[in-house]
Amino acid sequence: MKADILKQGAEGRLYIGESNGVSCLVKERFVKSYRHPVLDNQITRQRMKAETKASERCLKAGILAPKVLHMDLKERKIYMEYFDKAITVKEFVNKGISKDPKVINELFEKIGTIIGTMHSKNIIHGDLTTSNILMNPKTEDFSEYDVIMIDFGLSHYEEGAEDKGVDLYVLERALLSTHSELPELFEIILKSYKKVNSKEETTVIAKFEEVRARGRKRTMIG
Amino acid sequence: MVCAIGFEGSANKIGIGIIRDGQVLANVRKTYITPPGEGFLPKETAKHHREVVIGLVKEALEVAKISSNEIDVVCYTKGPGMAPPLLVCAIVARTVSLLWKKPLIGVNHCIGHIEMGRFITNAKNPTILYVSGGNTQVIAYSNKRYRIFGETIDIAIGNCLDRFARIIKLSNDPSPGYNIEQMAKKGTKFVSLPYVVKGMDVSFSGILSHIEQIADPSKQKQKKKKTEEPEEEYSHADLCFSLQETIFAMLVEITERAMAHCESQEVLICGGVGCNKRLQEMMEIMCKERGGHLFATDERYCIDNGLMIAHTGAEMFKSGTRMDYEDSTVTQRFRTDEVLVTWRDD
Repeated sequence: MKADILKQGAEGRLYIGESNGVSCLVKERFVKSYRHPVLDNQITRQRMKAETKASERCLKAGILAPKVLHMDLKERKIYMEYFDKAITVKEFVNKGISKDPKVINELFEKIGTIIGTMHSKNIIHGDLTTSNILMNPKTEDFSEYDVIMIDFGLSHYEEGAEDKGVDLYVLERALLSTHSELPELFEIILKSYKKVNSKEETTVIAKFEEVRARGRKRTMIG
Repeated sequence: MVCAIGFEGSANKIGIGIIRDGQVLANVRKTYITPPGEGFLPKETAKHHREVVIGLVKEALEVAKISSNEIDVVCYTKGPGMAPPLLVCAIVARTVSLLWKKPLIGVNHCIGHIEMGRFITNAKNPTILYVSGGNTQVIAYSNKRYRIFGETIDIAIGNCLDRFARIIKLSNDPSPGYNIEQMAKKGTKFVSLPYVVKGMDVSFSGILSHIEQIADPSKQKQKKKKTEEPEEEYSHADLCFSLQETIFAMLVEITERAMAHCESQEVLICGGVGCNKRLQEMMEIMCKERGGHLFATDERYCIDNGLMIAHTGAEMFKSGTRMDYEDSTVTQRFRTDEVLVTWRDD
């Protein structure tokens, strides 16, 4: 059975499949023939394991993420829970599904709380963008919804502040480039982040500022 | 009809280009080449540029077969780059602008690369990978600016390649990157190196110090010795090969991630490292796998040149940009997303 491809993301192809009779999402990390086979194998295995582990860790910490049903390293496939009504935060914002500043504010506060919780449990996402955060509607008009984190391929477990700072830096840059018309989003996230991750908030923010300064100081000689 | 002359000298190349209404009239360039194992320093590079710049102006006008009064606007690189060589071009541009009584426009070097690439390849709205000695950025246009989606969080890819070429004492003629590319073709063994991708950002400094230790074991901080089995030997060719395969794979990966994020189907590679054939080949394969299309140019337009400054300056001029003489300064830091893109309507 060759299913229709839902999407070709950066990491692989997504389509609807089956695991033990349950319909689910299949993420297949096909061989990327542009990279050396040794490197390709190494990266693929590492990312699949990271994805599975991080999703488990998140669920344990009460953060919503797709449950991994089955991982097949040989076939390069991960079978996971599928949220058929969910859309990405990027779509929600850019398609203007709600332009109400209160709704946007609340959404990004929630995101900040989730990232803060992840970091307090030492889960580094590695690729925080609004394409990697889903909104799963509980009501048709999105007046109630769940926030779900996805795409943990670049994630890892790390206690140190540096990686958490970089995680925030990656997110800030993604927000600035993707949602340039809403420059306040990152500040909203940071505010609720600090509340949840208050234990190490100052060291992480200091690291974040340091990474950011490195970026700005770079001379960029052509 | 706009006829523009452009001066570029932000690093070790100095180039002058003349363009008239999308027609390339001249594109001349000289490179300051240092001995193997040495990089180019600001002061010496500026001295080189000073010595050749007047000859290049004459040559450009001769090649273009025009006289100075046919020129409508004088363009120069305002930054980013090394200050002393940037100043050489700025001073000459100011001087000819006063001599010829023509307006003056300062151009962002990175935007110059992007616009040149779009002009030569006819790419409409591509995701851009800009890779050179001082820059590594993944860029996409939206809402009147070129926005940076990903970039290096430490050194630039070209800097990583140049420094590795110095470690193994490769020639800087015609460029260290070119010589690494040639040598990599003879490599057979793949050495595992760190692979550092953070979202759409990359990091190269750890890779450089790792491969430096393999290339020059004396740099190893004592340790090791414990293992019985002899460590595998890698030739310089193997190291060049492995370095390219690793860092180019990182670039292709972040470009693909940006494409997926922006829902884009086109890629444009620009900047000096962009003329590397292996990088182009890898990017091409990635594009094919997602039904996309790659646009790339050759060394005439990829490597720093005066034409890209002339072309971008002309576009700015046509869209109404003007610069006061007092503002004709240079700046070492000048981010791609600082420039308001007045000449694009999409």
